[in-house]
Amino acid sequence: MTTAVADHHHDEVPKGITRWLFTTNHKDIGTLYLWFSFIMFLVGGAMALVIRAELFMPGLQVVNPHFYNQMVTVHALVMIFGAVMPGFVGFANWMLPMMVGAPDMALPRMNNWSFWLLPFATTLLIASLFVPGGGPAAGWTIYPPLSIQGGMGVDLTIFTIHILGMSSILGAINIIATILNMRAPGMTLMKMPLFVWTWVITAFLLIAAMPVLAGAVTMLLTDRHFGTAFFSAAGGGDPVMFQHIFWFFGHPEVYILILPAFGIISQVIPTFARKPLFGYSSMVFATAAIAFLSFIVWAHHMYTVGMPLSGELFFMYSTMLIAIPTGVKVFNWVATMWRGSMTFETPMLYAIATVALFTVGGLTGLMMAITPADFQYHDTYFIVAHFHYVIFCGSVLAMFSGVYYWLPKWTGHMYDETLGKVHFWLTVISFNITFFPQHFLGFAGMPRRIPDYSLQFAEFNMVSSIGGFILGFSQLILLWVVIKSIRGGKKATAEVWDNPEGLEWTVPSPAPYHTFATAPEVR
Amino acid sequence: MIVSRFKKLRSAMVATAGAGMMGFLPTAAQAEWALNLQRPVTEIARVQYDLHMLIMYIVTVIGIIVFGVMFYSIAKFRKSKGVEAAKFDHSTKAEVLWTVIPTLILIAMAVPSTKALLLMEDTTESDMVLKVTGYQWGWQYDYLEEDVSFFSKLATPQSQITGNETKGENYLLEVDNHVVIPAGKKVRLLLTAKDVIHAWWVPQLGGKKDAIPGYINEMWIRADETGTYRGQCAELCGKDHGYMPIVVDVVEEAEYMAWIEAQKNKS
Repeated sequence: MTTAVADHHHDEVPKGITRWLFTTNHKDIGTLYLWFSFIMFLVGGAMALVIRAELFMPGLQVVNPHFYNQMVTVHALVMIFGAVMPGFVGFANWMLPMMVGAPDMALPRMNNWSFWLLPFATTLLIASLFVPGGGPAAGWTIYPPLSIQGGMGVDLTIFTIHILGMSSILGAINIIATILNMRAPGMTLMKMPLFVWTWVITAFLLIAAMPVLAGAVTMLLTDRHFGTAFFSAAGGGDPVMFQHIFWFFGHPEVYILILPAFGIISQVIPTFARKPLFGYSSMVFATAAIAFLSFIVWAHHMYTVGMPLSGELFFMYSTMLIAIPTGVKVFNWVATMWRGSMTFETPMLYAIATVALFTVGGLTGLMMAITPADFQYHDTYFIVAHFHYVIFCGSVLAMFSGVYYWLPKWTGHMYDETLGKVHFWLTVISFNITFFPQHFLGFAGMPRRIPDYSLQFAEFNMVSSIGGFILGFSQLILLWVVIKSIRGGKKATAEVWDNPEGLEWTVPSPAPYHTFATAPEVR
Repeated sequence: MIVSRFKKLRSAMVATAGAGMMGFLPTAAQAEWALNLQRPVTEIARVQYDLHMLIMYIVTVIGIIVFGVMFYSIAKFRKSKGVEAAKFDHSTKAEVLWTVIPTLILIAMAVPSTKALLLMEDTTESDMVLKVTGYQWGWQYDYLEEDVSFFSKLATPQSQITGNETKGENYLLEVDNHVVIPAGKKVRLLLTAKDVIHAWWVPQLGGKKDAIPGYINEMWIRADETGTYRGQCAELCGKDHGYMPIVVDVVEEAEYMAWIEAQKNKS
């Protein structure tokens, strides 16, 4: 590696399109990931607005039921695999080397490839909407036999998942290699910032979970085209086995989406509370405990498939256990705020909203862990509300927090605080208008994934749709803030905030193209 | 029995919760702006309802405590108020406390949940068997001991869906042939499907269960009161997933016998 470093002139920044195509620089790749994630966030959001437009009133007005099902499916796939996962990898690329005092990621060329797989994969997915028979319409969980019935769009989705899975695994290997091998002298494991810890644990989850999904969808592919019957009872297979395999991936996936978010807010809250993170080591252990538990709770997504009683009891108890480490995290964040000296810039507002609203999602999650009650909640709008509280308020709001927190470090300019606060309040209020009523819809008996509904659900759906449109269009403010901050604004100091902790604040703002060419000394 | 224990707990909690929580009471079930689970009419649905209320109250209290501490901190520990940040970064006592207390709460929740599950999964000693078969997109019902079998499909006309006609009271929750079961009898349901996975769900009669091609699942219902109860397919099953409702008529036993006879004569 040292020879490779020697024969390049690393101080000059390459120009033009080739800079982005061939880049091996972790900051450039981080930027690519973040822009890609934001574009996918808008694409997936547009699909959500199609859904909310159709659900504005009972009856069919905007789309037909088959296209509605495609929107439901592709919205979820785009948001999970296109927006949230790449978004966090973007943060990882930008911040991990700077946080551990490394000059770059351990495997920079592979890093380039992990990113450039993504646009091709998602193009396949979006293209599936335009092939005969349309895109996948069986929900993002693509349960057979329904997904066996779909057209070519399902095959394109399967290939999309293969390619995205490769990208994720490569990215995860890179992150683990970087964190384990490239820490600056003195940066012991238990001195690493919490964002680094959550990401290394997430990376192990990715390596364990993604191949399982790849296997499941490959079996689906051969069932569809090569006469196998893995998931068909008529041929000796079992449709429920797909669900077990899928959720063996799917539950760790949920924590892949949330653990880096926990990391971000564990960086942000101490900075604005001006007080060290409460219970650092218990945070690390709680993260590890959540990661372990994520592999033994999968069947709580499928309580209604007719499992044996012992199975239902096991998955109920193991799922309830997750509340303990998750509770520890929430209590630690609140204790960090306790007796701090807080200010409420946009990153802090988002971090607080993440803790508060994620807690709402966590508590409804606890309700659904209770198997007998879940027989009522399962596959209703209650779960739709639950996972949007967890994924939007947990993951996406934490990413917003991170964007505002590190944007001055990335661009060298302070962002527009007023616009940031407008974006915050519009997002948080309209989110709750959209999703809080869905708890009630689920209780009252509205199934999820239906394009049309009976009249007793009309009022709350209308409220939810209005909130959804405000939520969707509010996100353009973020775009405006980011562009404004790239173009200019008040110069940011190296520290940006009031005495924040971490190596990233020891380098100038904007961070130079190459940082820590000589490793810093960590005491 | 566990049901009466739930009731005691519930009434105690409702009493303290005050008028503000009135909206959560089951009376609002079919009304517009409904906030809570539909009014239960079977033992299972009642146990689920009570468990749901118990857990919702527990998580509400936890939420209020967490948010309370959080918003107190936000109001009190502000730099703008000249507060100096404390230096502490852990407290073993607090950390042990907030690990042990949630564990105890979870155990307290697990006990009634386990009992409820044991009740629900006990399909023995049933009075009759009804086979339910899901297909794209409707339900087939077989009264196995009576040699009665029929299909049941959406009865809402297409013109109401497309908006050319005013939507009726039971829009999307009406079918051509109702399922009829006797009140007070333990009905064992056998669920399967012809093509893809469906899920049979009538909220007032209890939870849902998947109908899976090639497999037979079971659940049971004992309705306490007569009436018409409506539900829907709860597992995405393709294009018309939103259009395969379920309507169950619970009738007195004599009426049920007469209905069965009439069905037999039909076929």
